[in-house]
Amino acid sequence: MKSKKLWSWLALAFGALYFALPLLGTLEFSLRARRGVYSLDAYRSVLADPQFRETFSYSVVMAIFTILVGALIVVPTAYWVRLKLPHWRPVVEFITLLPLVIPPIVIVFGYIRLYNTSSILPLTGTTTGTNLLLMLGYATLSLPYMYRAVDTGLRTIDVGTLTEAAQSLGAGWSTILARVILPNVLVAVLSGAFITFAIVIGEFVLASLLNRPAFGPYMQLTGANKAYEPAALAVIAFSITWICMGLIQLVTRFSKHTNAKR
Amino acid sequence: MASLEIEHLEKSFGANRVVKDFNLSIEEGEFISLLGPSGCGKTTVLRMVAGFESPSGGAIRIGGQDVTHLGANQRNIGMVFQAYALFPNLTVAQNVGFGLRVAKRPRAEIKARVTEMLELIGLPDLGNRYPFQLSGGQQQRVALARALAIQPRVLLLDEPLSALDAKIRVSLREEIRDIQRRLGITTIFVTHDQEEALSISDRVVVMNGGVAEQIGAPFEIYNQPKTRFVAQFVGTLNALEAEVADPERGALRVGSTEVILSEPVTAGQGTPVTLAARPEVLALGRREGNDTVFTGRIVETHFLGSILRVRMEVEGQLIALDTFNRPGNPPPKVGTEAEVSVASRDLLVLAD
Repeated sequence: MKSKKLWSWLALAFGALYFALPLLGTLEFSLRARRGVYSLDAYRSVLADPQFRETFSYSVVMAIFTILVGALIVVPTAYWVRLKLPHWRPVVEFITLLPLVIPPIVIVFGYIRLYNTSSILPLTGTTTGTNLLLMLGYATLSLPYMYRAVDTGLRTIDVGTLTEAAQSLGAGWSTILARVILPNVLVAVLSGAFITFAIVIGEFVLASLLNRPAFGPYMQLTGANKAYEPAALAVIAFSITWICMGLIQLVTRFSKHTNAKR
Repeated sequence: MASLEIEHLEKSFGANRVVKDFNLSIEEGEFISLLGPSGCGKTTVLRMVAGFESPSGGAIRIGGQDVTHLGANQRNIGMVFQAYALFPNLTVAQNVGFGLRVAKRPRAEIKARVTEMLELIGLPDLGNRYPFQLSGGQQQRVALARALAIQPRVLLLDEPLSALDAKIRVSLREEIRDIQRRLGITTIFVTHDQEEALSISDRVVVMNGGVAEQIGAPFEIYNQPKTRFVAQFVGTLNALEAEVADPERGALRVGSTEVILSEPVTAGQGTPVTLAARPEVLALGRREGNDTVFTGRIVETHFLGSILRVRMEVEGQLIALDTFNRPGNPPPKVGTEAEVSVASRDLLVLAD
């Protein structure tokens, strides 16, 4: 019994070291910009860089739009599939999984080929068009996570009966979606949203090949040209992701009605 | 004019006809129960009235208006579900006021109506609670208030008591009936529980295999069942194999015992028929008057408190009889001989 426990602890410690050591190493390295002492110089330099602020805010704005568009596509789709087309669920799930198996590089080349300036829909011809394309690309990349989160959220409520109850009270489809379904899967949508946020902030391939000033390409550029700043950037990006995860937990805990027994 | 009319209603799922030529006319303020085993089509009828299923044929009229092809959200029907179906993200008050908010009624009106409804169901102080903070019985009462708040033309109750425990089931069904009477609202109640249906309905529709087998007042359904199914589904019934001895005299033969009915029999001599009697019309011992008396052997006795249920073997067939408990009369011993008597007018002859 005792040796079993020991092994469990050993395995846990090994896992923790495997994940924590590189992080600690990066953190330590990012603090060594000044010779001989630890300092925040690298962070100061990163935060003072106007390009950092520009690319970061660009990516944040893109993330917000991606989340909105993603939720607008995914929530009604997942709801409708659950309500009316349950036998289509495996097909829809397969489609939402595709972005995980098709590399972003393939997706973006497809986009460029389909929407280039000599195509019917020349999205890449204008900045707004390219931004739109990038945002839709992000929405595609986050689809597996968004769909799964929302679908899991829908599983916890009795979609069919709640819909019928709302209908008998005079509600139409848009009212049902906005006042009954969405509020009840909001926590799920938010957890999908934070994962989307994390994906968009760190994404490199789409932004780079569509030549948009996003945070991912900026990180790559800094990494190629500077020594300590990339480490500081990595720590910053990592903290953002972790803050997102923490927010998911917080939102889940503070939503009142989800304390219900499932 | 009838409040709700259902004419030649049909519903098929593929090749499966689940509702066949269903006809029903409900008066204003009437309480109707659809009673039947699971899969008999009672819930499908209710869902067609609510607008959740579209009929394959026939018509549904509410207050003279044809609603057969109207959307569920345009019918102004109140519905209570077995699973309560309260909106988990809304408080009790918001749930009750949901229909009025959808109808864009003024805020003050909604507030007043919600207060009125919560008082009606006896939960005036729970407006700020969330559904998960309520018991099952409370949730179902809130669901009832929510359905009634929109002042529906018809109230539909889909097995609303099935998820509750026995005691609450009885008290809530009386409460539902009381509220329904006070508001005078036309109501259809779907249940598979015959006691529920008999105790609170003005009329009961007994359904089997998608067909309404009999429509009548509870007393009539129980005492004058028109088909073998109704007789057997509603209440407990003893069925004895018999043979027509003399049609004109109304004489039947059960084994070696002759039974004289109060009316002549239509079937010819020698025809096998089923003689039926409720357990409570049979009495232990010989009574005065011209009752039929069977002699048999006690097989087992069940003491149920106020009622003593005795199972006997009579003419090679098993029957059950119920008598009220009397402290001076201990249950008969198993294995002993006993006589059982029954009045002719309490016997039913069932057509096959």
